Amino acid sequence: MPTINTVFIANRGEIAVRINRACRDLGIRTVQGYSQADADSLAVRLADEAVCIGAAAAKQSYLNHAALIAGAKASGADAIHPGYGFLSENAEFAEQCEAAGLVYIGSQPSVIRLMGDKAAARKLAIESGVPVSQGSKEPVSTPEEAAEIANRVGYPVLVKASAGGGGRGMRVVSSEGDLRESLERASMEAAAAFGNGAVYIEKYLHPVRHIEVQVLGDGKRVVHVGERDCTIQRRHQKLVEEGPSPALTPALRGRITESAVAIASKVGYRSAGTVEYIVDAARQEFYFIEMNTRIQVEHPVTEMLSGLDLVALQIRIAAGEPLPLEQSQIAFSGHAIECRINAEDPEKGFLPRPGTLTEYSAPSGPGVRVDSHAFPGYVLPPHYDSLIAKLIVWGANREEARARMRRALTEFRVEGVPTTLKFHQRLMTEPDFISSDVHTRYVKETMWAGHPAQHML
Amino acid sequence: MADTKICSDISGSIWKVLVNIGDKIEAEVPLVILESMKMEIPVVSSDPGVVVEIYVAVGDAVAEGDPILLIRE
Repeated sequence: MPTINTVFIANRGEIAVRINRACRDLGIRTVQGYSQADADSLAVRLADEAVCIGAAAAKQSYLNHAALIAGAKASGADAIHPGYGFLSENAEFAEQCEAAGLVYIGSQPSVIRLMGDKAAARKLAIESGVPVSQGSKEPVSTPEEAAEIANRVGYPVLVKASAGGGGRGMRVVSSEGDLRESLERASMEAAAAFGNGAVYIEKYLHPVRHIEVQVLGDGKRVVHVGERDCTIQRRHQKLVEEGPSPALTPALRGRITESAVAIASKVGYRSAGTVEYIVDAARQEFYFIEMNTRIQVEHPVTEMLSGLDLVALQIRIAAGEPLPLEQSQIAFSGHAIECRINAEDPEKGFLPRPGTLTEYSAPSGPGVRVDSHAFPGYVLPPHYDSLIAKLIVWGANREEARARMRRALTEFRVEGVPTTLKFHQRLMTEPDFISSDVHTRYVKETMWAGHPAQHML
Repeated sequence: MADTKICSDISGSIWKVLVNIGDKIEAEVPLVILESMKMEIPVVSSDPGVVVEIYVAVGDAVAEGDPILLIRE
């Protein structure tokens, strides 16, 4: 059984800070790998040691396999945590870590590879008895085959890149006339972006919700840690996540969490992972989309509901400990909501903007948690994503959580860059959000109806 | 004939240059794609015209206010 004494953090921003905290709680030493743009970051300040792994551009630092592994080895680390994004779902990197004698804190490389192929994951879901939306069982090879499938399931359809995921490499096709061109373009774009031009077809469902199930496995046994509802999005990217989902009946919750355990068990899943679904709330039906083999941005929602430290559990599992919990020992309490505070201007279609935080003051008080790497004077670099902070609240029920979110949003002060704070304030008082009568295109189609920047969402 | 300098209103890097010097361009059509904070941001001209100068190349880092293109109306 490997023991972990030192973790090399191969990521940045708030998740690097989060991993550092989990390590501290476990008595593990930390080494922060950082790019030149992040030399003055909170993650660097908090770690026991920090190693510069390259230039600002992610390709030369956080995506640079060799530099990260060399940094980890040189600093005496025995394990590496990839965080989310960057190399967190890169099977080759996981293999290279293991070959270099480093414990990879994540899933098995073979499972990362399988789930990274979205068409293969869809096939696995079908074999596990998990519902998928109608469409192709395998990647489509000819336009004629695509047209045949699209006609069978009915337009509109989604053309998705097998190597895509998370909303990337996906396009909606509304008629047969557009199908051929969309297929060609989707395939070309996928080949350019992911090095794999395979595409598959799914029925496009609307209006729907986006609901995901947190799972934990040790390679032998899998448990679920409930669901998160991530329906509030723009550009297929989440803005708000909450749990439990206001849209699930207990029966549907039972079916959806069971199916997540089934699919993760089928591959002998190890580490924390998330199974994502589209849910048709009106018909109480759900369809598998993909499985993410990493810790997710919105994991604190689940931590607030379950009291578990998912990042610490990831590390303990990677160190060879068996899952310390039975399903029956995992209990949920109350309601949690997370708002992503991004350096983006909602009035300009959520256009991101780097810059200096001339003021930064985070809220606190009962039921409030802020996961952030920001501080007054912090310079948000243009090289990475626009996340400033995740504001998570807990309440005994959804109404209390919503009230606390409104209070916390009012206390939150960020100056120097535009933020999504005002957007969240407005959302929290929208009658549709209060009754949770929303779908994945709600922000674009309802809140931004008639707005000059609506097309950007 | 007025020349208009189109400047970047955000710091980032040049991801794609979609025009050449001498090209006739339409208003509000992407001319250059900037990448900032993992988002592709199109640079457009508010008026039609002709591209007379391109100040950037793919991969260049630009700061807020840096000139990108010169357009003659």
